[in-house]
Amino acid sequence: MAAAAFHEAVAAAAGVAAQHADDVDARARFPREAIDALRDGGTLGASVGTAHGGPDVGFADICDACRVLSRGCAATGMIFAMHHIQVASIARHAGDSAYIRDYLGRVASEQRLVASATSEVGTGGDLRRSIACVEDRGGGRLGFTKNAPTVSYGGHADDVLTTVWRGPDADASDQVLVLTARDESGMTQTGEWDTMGMRGTCSPGFEISAVFGPEQIVPGEFAPICSETMVPWSHLTWAHVWLGIATSAVGRAQAMVRAQGRRSPDVTPEAGGRLSAVVARLQAMRAFVDAATAEYAALMDGDPAHLSSFGYGLRINNLKIRASEDVAAICHDALGVVGIAGYRNGTPFSLGRHVRDSLSAALMIGNERIHATNARILLVQREV
Amino acid sequence: MKERVRRIVMDHGRLSVASLSDADDLYRAGMTSHSSVNVMLALESEFDIEFPDEMLTRETFATIDAIVGAVGSLAGAA
Ligand SMILES: Cc1cc2nc3c(=O)[nH]c(=O)nc-3n(C[C@H](O)[C@H](O)[C@H](O)COP(=O)(O)OP(=O)(O)OC[C@H]3O[C@@H](n4cnc5c(N)ncnc54)[C@H](O)[C@@H]3O)c2cc1C
Repeated sequence: MAAAAFHEAVAAAAGVAAQHADDVDARARFPREAIDALRDGGTLGASVGTAHGGPDVGFADICDACRVLSRGCAATGMIFAMHHIQVASIARHAGDSAYIRDYLGRVASEQRLVASATSEVGTGGDLRRSIACVEDRGGGRLGFTKNAPTVSYGGHADDVLTTVWRGPDADASDQVLVLTARDESGMTQTGEWDTMGMRGTCSPGFEISAVFGPEQIVPGEFAPICSETMVPWSHLTWAHVWLGIATSAVGRAQAMVRAQGRRSPDVTPEAGGRLSAVVARLQAMRAFVDAATAEYAALMDGDPAHLSSFGYGLRINNLKIRASEDVAAICHDALGVVGIAGYRNGTPFSLGRHVRDSLSAALMIGNERIHATNARILLVQREV
Repeated sequence: MKERVRRIVMDHGRLSVASLSDADDLYRAGMTSHSSVNVMLALESEFDIEFPDEMLTRETFATIDAIVGAVGSLAGAA
């Protein structure tokens, strides 16, 4: 599949996603219709890479898809983003594992959906620490039990990628990524996902009690998987989801002001000035996110030392912080433009879902946690 | 100089380097990007040097030998 066919399939799925977005949000249900459309369009293999039988689709194409889907339904866009973060983390660090190569082929051919369990009760959003530990279960089999507080679409995914501590003899930050099919993951739901926003991501807690073979451990070391793939893919694809939410919110604000303009063609609506201000903020966000996307796209297949440098870490962390603050501010300001018609549900200008969804951005890996990491970097990094 | 570097890595990298050779990977031995910052700051203070940004990579601080090389090149240039 070439990029054009990918974008066509994404556009079709975005239409489906938009159509069901309010129901998905109201019932906190999985956006089944949109994910089926993405699957039918063959888009779940986009991050597999051509070397592993995936389509010829680039990083920027995937980001673009996250944005387009999220204009209609942010939960759908976020599920699509999270799936591709996991697949890319496997594909780009597969080494010469025949098992993983075969698995990636199946992601492309069977359109398998991959969830992630990185956060853990006791470590929160600290990606670089796991309490759950790889155990020897005898007969060449390994296992782990992880108490995961938030696993998006955990009840709907085909496979789960979990961070696990390598073992009691290993250093605290020595983790492995384990890939297990859902039916060997022993998943017991531990809570409900009744949240303010991002309700369609269906992200309750699960106790995961998996049994697996050593070949199911992603070969690459975890530190480079994080710095070269998992962190930049997360922050950038999420930023595109948030850009989609912000774009949709501003679109509704503009539609409102236009409707006022049509009613009295000879006067500029009073909300026009506020609209201009929020459009300026949206354009700045878009420029910032697009520049960071282009930077990563240019670096991702080059010298990995660039991506593991403190300077790059600082930039990609700040991209997340800024984009997550921007989306919330833009949705808030768009509501100020629209007024009560945006506050009320069920109007063409409703912004309740946008505002609620946007508030998850700063919490998804807490911004304060990221600032704390940056504070360390700034003790030694000079050029900012 | 190597002994001073070893002591700093031991004190600030939260590692026991007694059992490590000069060529062993410190990150594999448990140094994190967090504790590596402590090591860098302590080295800058001990040797009165400043690491330029392009040296702030994993490779520069991956082994005792690499650190000694980096510190040597900076202290020599000063
Ligand atoms: C919509 C959504 C979907 C998600 N899906 C998944 C998923 O599929 N899989 C998964 O594993 N996780 C998922 N998460 C979880 C997410 O990745 C984070 O781990 C989680 O939001 C962090 O939870 P926390 O706020 O309890 O944790 P913590 O990280 O413990 O943070 C608690 C608070 O402390 C602050 N804080 C933390 N460290 C510091 C510090 N050093 N200095 C100052 N302040 C600090 C934080 O900013 C935050 O305010 C999802 C989250 C959301 C919102």
